[in-house]
Amino acid sequence: MATVTDAPPLAPAPAPKERPPRRRGRLTPYWLLLPGLLWLVVFFALPMVYQASTSVQTGSLEEGYRVTWHFATYWDAVADYWPQFLRSIAYAGTATVLCLLLGYPLAYLIAFRAGRWRNLILVLVIAPFFTSFLIRTLAWKTILADSGPVVSALDTLHVLDVTSWLGITAGDRVLATPLAVVCGLTYNFLPFMILPLYTSLERIDGRLHEAAGDLYARPSTTFRKVTFPLSMPGVVSGTLLTFIPASGDYVNADLLGSTDTRMVGNVIQTQFLRILDYPTAAALSFVLMAGILAVVTLYIRKSGTEDLV
Amino acid sequence: MAFFRWLNHRLVVVAGLLTLGYLLLPNIVVTVFSFNEPKGRFNYEWQRFSTDAWTDPCGVADLCGSLSLSLQIAAWATLGATVLGTMIAFALVRYRFRARGAVNSLIFLPMAMPEVVMAASLLTLFLNLGAQLGFWTVLIAHIMFCLSFVVTAVKARVMSMDPRLEQAAQDLYAGPVQTFLRVTLPIAAPGIAAGALLAFALSFDDFIITNFNAGSTVTFPMFVWGSAQRGTPVQINVVGTAMFLVAVLCVLAAMVMSNRRNRRRAS
Repeated sequence: MATVTDAPPLAPAPAPKERPPRRRGRLTPYWLLLPGLLWLVVFFALPMVYQASTSVQTGSLEEGYRVTWHFATYWDAVADYWPQFLRSIAYAGTATVLCLLLGYPLAYLIAFRAGRWRNLILVLVIAPFFTSFLIRTLAWKTILADSGPVVSALDTLHVLDVTSWLGITAGDRVLATPLAVVCGLTYNFLPFMILPLYTSLERIDGRLHEAAGDLYARPSTTFRKVTFPLSMPGVVSGTLLTFIPASGDYVNADLLGSTDTRMVGNVIQTQFLRILDYPTAAALSFVLMAGILAVVTLYIRKSGTEDLV
Repeated sequence: MAFFRWLNHRLVVVAGLLTLGYLLLPNIVVTVFSFNEPKGRFNYEWQRFSTDAWTDPCGVADLCGSLSLSLQIAAWATLGATVLGTMIAFALVRYRFRARGAVNSLIFLPMAMPEVVMAASLLTLFLNLGAQLGFWTVLIAHIMFCLSFVVTAVKARVMSMDPRLEQAAQDLYAGPVQTFLRVTLPIAAPGIAAGALLAFALSFDDFIITNFNAGSTVTFPMFVWGSAQRGTPVQINVVGTAMFLVAVLCVLAAMVMSNRRNRRRAS
């Protein structure tokens, strides 16, 4: 407890009585934690247990499901849907790399070059969030429309020939191809890359750049040896914040893709909400969760930034 | 060659602005197409200028109902998540207790989990309990996934707080309640406000978790999703544009006001 200093109190002091110490109740933290943690345990952790149990049940909707430790569901689910799993990883991975390549210059611009425009640009980065992301994703249908200016321009420049050869577009269409889905994913999760990048870039002491320059480092060397390493926490959290939601997303694949671009999220959604095959859906969701957790753990270990939380 | 030298010097600026354009392009399209008069059921191709949708934003069945439902859910979810999250944040920063690591990971995990996994597992819980899917299940889900974000926002602010301010308040004979209300809470307020805003935005715009747990209840994102299958009314674009404009104006007004206050303080 803080002690009263020598200075006379301004107000007439009340009768000296034992004032409670600041960390009075040893139970206080538990009372503060209890309601919130209870919420997370009941509605986040417990559902995982239910999901695990559902994934090893057999039965039917009419007769009900019983736990039969039927692990073959996992085997069947992965055997049936491994293309969707691979596609999810490929699309989400590509989108994450694109987000990093597109987002870094903008974050750098806001942090070091924007001057008095900094706040305005930050507002413009965040502002699209206020329009529902479904509406904005639908806008890509207009932008990438078959007869639209973007597709005609790409066609005239023979870009579509190259992308078709690579197998990421089909004919003279962009919509309903992997390119459209990756484009939508990149767009949707770009702010989640830019904001952490900006936060970590902004913390860099500008004098470090001057020092690097004084030591005859060229701008590119300064970037490689000073700026980029110091922005690593932002790179790590940005890539995680992009990759994790992108890998489970089904909105972009559904609105901008076709049946050939279905990701694992689409499969889980249809199995759960349309086909009502709960064990398969639960198994798929469990595999996705395990995969993501493994990736995240490995990645955080490798990059050595464990104080992300 | 002068052009290339100029470009090389400004490469970051040019690349950054291109990215900004990529980010804003859909919003521009949404705004422009809110003045469209589409021929068929879908509003994807430009036909001709019209202000019909703006003068009659509720002209589509269920749109405004779903909008008000989303606002209600977002308001309650924000309240719940902010109260619970702020309590957790204070406990994490201010107190020592057992199982801190477990508590931290329980808060981190919902943010490190694809939404579809949380959505699916929560649905299995509700199905197993035989719960009626609807307003309450959506609200429960929203509070759950907003909670962690509020904790992170508030924690950052409380951590950077100078503990001597509270000690000073106590030295000046403020009781614990008074200290909390007059010193701690005002200092933590920006963090709490940031967390609440984030929770509101996340809840209002959530689709995946709502899609799984809403049953036949239709929130605004669910309405947009449904309309993507049945036909997109122009009114959707009107709502999107209006929300964008209101948000940008609010932020700009707040920025101008704080600039003015700073200038007055400086002079």
